[in-house]
Parts: sequence; C-alpha cells; structure tokens
Amino acid sequence: MTTLILYGSAILLLIISHIKDKGKTRQALKGAWKFLENMMPQFLGIILVVGLMLAVLKPEVISNIIGSKSGIFGVFVSAAVGSITLMPTFVAFQTADMLLKNGAGYAQVAALISTLTLVGLATFPLEAKYIGKRAAFYRNFIAFLFSFIVAFVVEKVMGIL
Amino acid sequence: MIKKIAKRYSFFIWMLIITLIITAFNREIGLKSFSIAGSSFKQMISVVPPVMVLLGLMDIWVPRETMMKYMGEDSGILGIAIAMLIGSLAAGPMYAAFPFTEVLLRKGVKFSNIIIFMGAWCVTKIPTFIFELTALGFQFTFTRLLVDLPGIIIMGYLVEWVVGEKELEDICLKAEKRANA
Repeated sequence: MTTLILYGSAILLLIISHIKDKGKTRQALKGAWKFLENMMPQFLGIILVVGLMLAVLKPEVISNIIGSKSGIFGVFVSAAVGSITLMPTFVAFQTADMLLKNGAGYAQVAALISTLTLVGLATFPLEAKYIGKRAAFYRNFIAFLFSFIVAFVVEKVMGIL
Repeated sequence: MIKKIAKRYSFFIWMLIITLIITAFNREIGLKSFSIAGSSFKQMISVVPPVMVLLGLMDIWVPRETMMKYMGEDSGILGIAIAMLIGSLAAGPMYAAFPFTEVLLRKGVKFSNIIIFMGAWCVTKIPTFIFELTALGFQFTFTRLLVDLPGIIIMGYLVEWVVGEKELEDICLKAEKRANA
C-alpha cells in the first residue's frame, strides 16, 4: 500500500515536472540516483550485519532477559539491544508484540521500540557522513537517554489503566 | 574502475565473506542471516527509490529562499511543525532520512529543525501508525506518541546547542561540497 502510494506520487510528480521543464527533471533524476547510490555501499554492509545479529538473537532469548520483573537492568538491556539492532518498523512492532506475549515488561518493550526506531549504532557511520560525527553522536546518545523516560512513562500509564 | 568500486564497497564485500564463512560452519544461522538481509533489501526497494526521486524533485524545484523562510533560523514554531510534518509523512527506514539532511542543510534549514525532522521520521511515522496500533494497542501507542512528540523537539534544540555554531558551519560546508562532487 505504502509502496503503491510512494511510487505513484513519485511518477505523477515526475510527469508534472517533465511537462514543466525537461532539463530540471533530468537534473532531479540525476540527483535522486546520486542520493541512492551514495547510500548503497554502507547500506548493503549494514543489512548483512543486522541479518547476522537477528539470526543469532532469538525472540525467546530476549524476552527471558527483559521480563516484567527485570526492572531497570532489563530496561537497560532492551535499550542496548534496540540501539545496536536495526529493524523495519513494522517488524519492530510485531516483535514487540511477541515479546510482550512472551512475558516481557511494558517498560522494557517501550525502551526497545524507542531505541530501535531512534538510535542506530549500525547506521552511525552513515549518519556521521551526513551531519558530522559529533552531531550524530549526540543525537543518538540523547535519544538513548530519552528512551528511559519513554520506558518510565509507558510503564506508569500502563500500570494505572 | 573495478578497483574503485571494490574499494567503495569493501565493507559490504567483507561482510559478505564473513557471512559466507559463518554459513560454512553453521548453515542455519548463515542462511537465516541471508534471508533477513534479503528481506531488508526488499523493504528498501519497496520504499526508498521513490522517496529519493521525491527528494531529487524537492531539491530542484523548491528554492533555497523558500526553505529558509519556512524552516530557517527565524522560522519558529512553523519551522518545527513543517519539519515534523515532512518527517511523519515519510516512509522508509532511518537511513533513508540521511540524504534529506544533506538537501535541508544546503537549503539553509535550521539545524534543530533537521534533527526534529529526523526524530519525526523515526517515531511519528504515519504509514506505520496502523501497524503499531494493531500490534501494541491504543494505550501503548498514544502514551508513546505523547512522550515522543515533545521529546523530539527538545532533542532537536539540545543537539543543536551541544554541537555549537562553529561545527554547524562546518557541517553545512561539507554538505555543499558533497553536492558539487
């Protein structure tokens, strides 16, 4: 669905752009190719690293470590796992659901989701290429700390309701 | 030519060799790694190319002045709102947001807005909202969003502040250079 909308709107806008200005459209396409190609070398390596990591880390293993009684230690482990792992978002949500059903705690799963989506250790070198090492470091580090706040609040709210 | 490509892709080639060696020793883990990597690749192909085309079009058609006016130094709340909106509408994994930062930097967008954009791209994505709702439920999803929304704004300003003006100029220069390379 998302794919259809994205490809559809890209093609539609390309046609409009082409009608308005052929030269500019060619330039835009050239740019698009460059953006994509610049990303490729790191991206291909990263997906292999992540594939290996996910093949070794099984959901049962993770949910054992981050059970609802695991407290701050469990939150920390979740945040660490979430930071090094990279997952497509919808897979992340399914995994989180599976973890909860296997006995993981809300705070721990919230920390996991938050770091999975916001912190990317695997993509750090790529990110540093674009916004610089220091900015990339601080963004990831602050997001990592922020995940503990998310974990805390989610735990409290899920506890009340 | 081949040497140049091999050097650019050396990280990938090494990872490929390592994974192949692991496969030789442990077939199960090796093959699973490849299948997970394969599905990541499929996911990339299904969203990233059109997103890059849209970025290419934005780069060419939206003038720097416009971007500066709406998302630049003095853009205030409007700039934050637009950064969040583009980030939330986008689909695709985090790394697909990186080329956007290059274009935004070149167009004179305020750095905190760029970080906010990246944050929104990661946590308030509309396309994956339904997934989260069905997988984790209403309570979990909304609590997370309510914490994340102010969180990514604060993060944007915090990162801008710790990085400092001098380094920001440097980052912009580099983005400019990469575009001309």
